[in-house]
Amino acid sequence: MKIEALVLLGVAVFFGIVGAVYWFTSYEDGGTMMLVGTCLLGLLPGSYYLWWHRRMGDRPEDRSDATVEDGAGQVATFPNSSIWPFVLGMGAFSLVLAFAFGIWFFFPALALMITALIGVTAESRRGGHV
Amino acid sequence: MTDVITPPLGGTGILGPPVVEVAEYYGHEEHGPTGLLRWLTSTDHKVIGKSYLITSVILMLIGGLFALVIRLQLASPNSSLVSFAQYNELFTMHGTLMIFLFVGPFAFGGLANYIVPLQVGAPDMAFPRLNALSYWLYLTGSMTMMMGFLVAGGAASFGWVGYAPLSNATNSPGLGGDLWIMALILTGFSAIFTGVNLVGTIFYLRAPGLTMFRMPIFTWNMLVTAILILIAFPVLTAALVMLFCDRHFGTHIYSVQGGGSPVLWQNLFWFFGHPEVYILALPFFGIVTEIIPVFSRKPVFGYKGMVFATLSIAALSTGVWAHHMFTTGVVLLPFFSLLSLLISVPTGIKFFNWIGTMWRGQIHYSTAMLMAIGFLITFLFGGITGVMLASPPIDFFTHDTYFVVAHFHSVVMALVMAAMAGIYYWYPKMTGRMLREDLGKVQFWLLFVGTQVCFMPQYLVGLHGMPRRIAQYTTVPSWQTLNDVSTVGAFIIGASFLVLVINAFQSWRKPVLAGDNPWDAHTLEWFTTSPPPHHNYSHLPPIRSERPTWDYHHPDAPALHPHGEAHPSDGAEKVLGSS
Repeated sequence: MKIEALVLLGVAVFFGIVGAVYWFTSYEDGGTMMLVGTCLLGLLPGSYYLWWHRRMGDRPEDRSDATVEDGAGQVATFPNSSIWPFVLGMGAFSLVLAFAFGIWFFFPALALMITALIGVTAESRRGGHV
Repeated sequence: MTDVITPPLGGTGILGPPVVEVAEYYGHEEHGPTGLLRWLTSTDHKVIGKSYLITSVILMLIGGLFALVIRLQLASPNSSLVSFAQYNELFTMHGTLMIFLFVGPFAFGGLANYIVPLQVGAPDMAFPRLNALSYWLYLTGSMTMMMGFLVAGGAASFGWVGYAPLSNATNSPGLGGDLWIMALILTGFSAIFTGVNLVGTIFYLRAPGLTMFRMPIFTWNMLVTAILILIAFPVLTAALVMLFCDRHFGTHIYSVQGGGSPVLWQNLFWFFGHPEVYILALPFFGIVTEIIPVFSRKPVFGYKGMVFATLSIAALSTGVWAHHMFTTGVVLLPFFSLLSLLISVPTGIKFFNWIGTMWRGQIHYSTAMLMAIGFLITFLFGGITGVMLASPPIDFFTHDTYFVVAHFHSVVMALVMAAMAGIYYWYPKMTGRMLREDLGKVQFWLLFVGTQVCFMPQYLVGLHGMPRRIAQYTTVPSWQTLNDVSTVGAFIIGASFLVLVINAFQSWRKPVLAGDNPWDAHTLEWFTTSPPPHHNYSHLPPIRSERPTWDYHHPDAPALHPHGEAHPSDGAEKVLGSS
């Protein structure tokens, strides 16, 4: 986890410096805000990962001498197939069409998206696929 | 049912060092619907990756047809093949399709989706349902974009950069612009979700022993690309929402009359736009970094240098956005010029390492390798002219001329060659079948020669002062000769893609089976079957270097140093001669 954290913290340090240099040479607010935002984008997850690294040490994938047996245990849970991403995608499609073509597209958009969100949550709670 | 990952079982391989059976949890039989419903409900990264690849290549062919119409229009000074309005739509949609809907999604949606979980030894992406949602947003975004041609007023016609105030409701009324904005919001979210997914996969689902500095360079580049996506795309989405508000809700964010600033759009757009250039480029750098060592029979030269070069390119690319805006007169020229020029240093390191990898190698000129070499040459042209354009005096002279058009087309055509290299390299893994090498070489020469014939004249005609985005040049007929040569080149490029279609058709009708590892390649994806089973791996080799598959198949080859570099005592010849 350490190198992952350092990559992200490197983003934060670099854009912190660039942001400061940019502000004091140009006094341009738009670009400075974006550079500060980028700095925070590295800082938040980077420090979180560093904290986790301190707490749990090296995982098998962080050790160069780890064997496959060292990774034993539940790795993750993967859904096999699910219709809800498609339904949610169609809902998002209807939503943007509502902005382009007319307000009536909102109704199918909301129906599809709410159905999909309920569906995907229920699917996760049951631990199965539909 | 969901597949719960349980502990792997120990075992011993027959060929070489011990392997570990992981079939119990990685090799689950796929269960679920079949047919069209299987495609609609699939959360398998391989199915989603292939859907991305096919969709993006279709959109590339459409965008390529637009380019051919543009080149035909410019073949004579006062052609009336298309009207001025249609011409504006064509170059806008050509740029939009190629940049937003082909090059990016092909790389981080298609290839990365398919290859990254395989390269890190993972059974799937970290968030499979989010991954599926990414594809549906990309597909519907592409459909929304193409709908522009069907509505009254036609598709968006304000250029792929959508500059304010040209893109406001007064200057570009009609649904085409709205659909353009909405399509980019959809595909933007698709990219952001894919970025999150790639970071999660690479951080959390690596196989034991696969440390960060043993990851293949392609995976490293995809990680950096994913971080760049997370930096850049939210800015574009926000800028587009504000543009939509300006067009419809009476805000004045980008209009001077209401106290806004048109340059704000340029700042926001290019803060996205320049990292986007590297979101497009870095995956293809990764592809050639996979291909060159395999076909030079050597480990990659300067592994850590490659990683740090990628990181520095990405970091610098986010601080150079206003080099697209030098002529606005309100940007800090020395700052942006310096950072832009600095990018040439890590890019130079990459070129040095690519050549160092080939140096004294046993180079096998397969189609993938030829395409990778074609990438190096063409990208060098684009890169060198990029260094020239980073200098404000030259940029003031050439801004908005065909010199700039030729510069970025050299860059992106180099990326297209790298994309073709990736197709020829990984097609056997994805389908279990080979593409024909002879047809591949025909395609390479057509593509390479066509690219240079098409874009070299554009550098010259740009230096002669021809502006971009004009449909006729009646007043300066002397530009015609160079434009005619360019048009011939464009049709050669077009022909090269016909060869690819023929090649894919041949592999479908007369399959030549590939086997698991047709190239004797290095990285983990070549360890599993072609195409890989559901959840990818039934066995994993021990991972002791950045070349686990090579180590497994060549147990007597000199070992790499644990830190991933050739051991000093091994000597280059011994590493080379091991095949």
